[in-house]
Amino acid sequence: MTVAVERPAAPSGGDRGRRPGLTARLKNGYQKHWYAYAMIAPVVIVLALIVLYPLVRGFYLTLTDADSLNSARTIGVNHIDATYKFIGLDNYADILWGPTSYDRFWSHFIWTIVWTASCVTLHYVIGLGLALLLNQKDLRGRTAYRLMLILPWAVPTFVTVFAWRFMLADSGVINTTLDAMSLPSPSWLEDPLFQQIAAILVNTWCGVPFMMVSLLGGLQSIDSTLYEAAEMDGASAWQQFRNVTLPGLRSVSSTVVLLGIIWTFNQFAIIFLLFGNTAPDAQILVTWAFYLGFGQTPRDYAQSATYGVLLLSLLIVFTSVYRRWLNRNDVSAAI
Amino acid sequence: MSTETLTKTPVPEPAAAPPRVNAPRRGRRSRKASLASHAVLIVASLVALFPIAWLVFLSLGPDKDDYLHPSRILDTATLSNYTFVLGQTNFLKWLGNTLIVSLGTTVIGVLVAATSGYAVSRMRFPGYKKFMWVLLVTQMFPVAVLMVPMYVILSDLGLIDTYAGLIVVYLTTAVPYCAWLMKGYFDTIPLEIDEAGRVDGLSPFGTFFRLILPLARPGLAVAAFYTMITAWSEVAFATTFMLDDQKYTLAVGLQSFISEHDAQRQYMAATAVLIAVPISAVFYLVQKNLVTGLTAGGTKG
Repeated sequence: MTVAVERPAAPSGGDRGRRPGLTARLKNGYQKHWYAYAMIAPVVIVLALIVLYPLVRGFYLTLTDADSLNSARTIGVNHIDATYKFIGLDNYADILWGPTSYDRFWSHFIWTIVWTASCVTLHYVIGLGLALLLNQKDLRGRTAYRLMLILPWAVPTFVTVFAWRFMLADSGVINTTLDAMSLPSPSWLEDPLFQQIAAILVNTWCGVPFMMVSLLGGLQSIDSTLYEAAEMDGASAWQQFRNVTLPGLRSVSSTVVLLGIIWTFNQFAIIFLLFGNTAPDAQILVTWAFYLGFGQTPRDYAQSATYGVLLLSLLIVFTSVYRRWLNRNDVSAAI
Repeated sequence: MSTETLTKTPVPEPAAAPPRVNAPRRGRRSRKASLASHAVLIVASLVALFPIAWLVFLSLGPDKDDYLHPSRILDTATLSNYTFVLGQTNFLKWLGNTLIVSLGTTVIGVLVAATSGYAVSRMRFPGYKKFMWVLLVTQMFPVAVLMVPMYVILSDLGLIDTYAGLIVVYLTTAVPYCAWLMKGYFDTIPLEIDEAGRVDGLSPFGTFFRLILPLARPGLAVAAFYTMITAWSEVAFATTFMLDDQKYTLAVGLQSFISEHDAQRQYMAATAVLIAVPISAVFYLVQKNLVTGLTAGGTKG
């Protein structure tokens, strides 16, 4: 979104230097841009209907005490009207400062941050390492390696998670192997700490290919004469990496890191499918909100929606800060 | 410079770049370094392949506890799990459901989003920045934000447990995402083509439909494919909104094996393989284009 370039909307667009009055401007703007608005209209309408309206309604829910017992519902042929009432900002106060807020919100919040930071770091470092290896021009079998390495990306997440559950099970192949090497074989799917490690492990496995492929694309777009010049100047491999590769990757990196953070922060399938409802300590905010809204009885719609609004606010604040930081550092990202 | 997006777009087919004739001989890199590269890449490839290979292997074992005793499978390997899953379970029904939902989402999503992608690629109208911002924010919605209100609205409308309901839900992510991805693709189509069209007297719509859209077919295909994959493997909404096991998508159906068949993991493994193989095959066929589409858009994948 830093692409602040004026493209001529139409060759015929009459744009004089003088600034006309408001009505004239509106009229002019309408005439000049009506087809742009017509073109975005379908998306605007669809988003208004299926995103904005639910969002407003969801926000309203956060101000009530709605749950599955007092919401409108139909049992057989009987329709029962909603009986929940407006309670203002109590849900927010309860989640953020309530008596057990640490156990319910803040512990999950901290784990979500740790989870996001460690996963994205691992994705990026491993992805960059593999991309650098694959970018060597004289390496035999580059294409074959690349194809094998993107396999985790090709397989749907819910399938890979099943594969990992087999492997991480108590007497599964991983623990059998660890046992054979006389290493401790932890209980990956039950022990709280190892649940967290297992979640990071699986997510890393799933996320590296995307980073690797994007960074490989970035590496290949770096002008090779820069390396030749650096080599002429006698730069070591490390110096070339620091001064040519990393700056050359900046715009790709900033985009994929942002996407990685958003995706990991919102990663639902891996934790949900790996543990179901059995791992309170490994639930990130998204899966925890799902649990509140749909995983327990009675379903607490209001609190779940409140988590949703809090999550969205977090992401918006984060993205704005990130964008400002990028602008200050003069990096153009695709946002 | 005409646009920044154009200048920082990598060459569409990076792999097809001409060989660097006068590149310095990197062969000077020692044999040791080359061996090390291969060693690391081989280990990484094994790590990437192993879980899936292991799944395929386990799916051949006839007993539900074979995953704990893999050595047994060597002697007793059989395809009977596959015949069971295909013949005795709802697998084909679920496959059909998944196809209906993901194709429905894809077709509607791409159709609705195409013109918007073009508008934001070519035109700078008042409100442009806000519109792009809305697209980005919508893309990063956590599922939880909309799940509860969606559930309430859909149940009011009687759309719980219907294909239409699930398609509507998936459109919330598909539409902004397709618009964004296609903007990236339209950015790579030279502006001169539009100008030529306009000079020849086409309206903006005419230019779009008659000149740009045919050129953008690969971009459309990428957007369609990503949308399909996303809908294909979505779990949270499908779990919540599809209650009848005749309506399950594959993602939900796979889990239902746990309770329905008393943890008959051999069938789960076979089902997982049946799901993974076709979609991975398609992925491999189109992966070159996917990568191009991604880096061209510089956005999400």
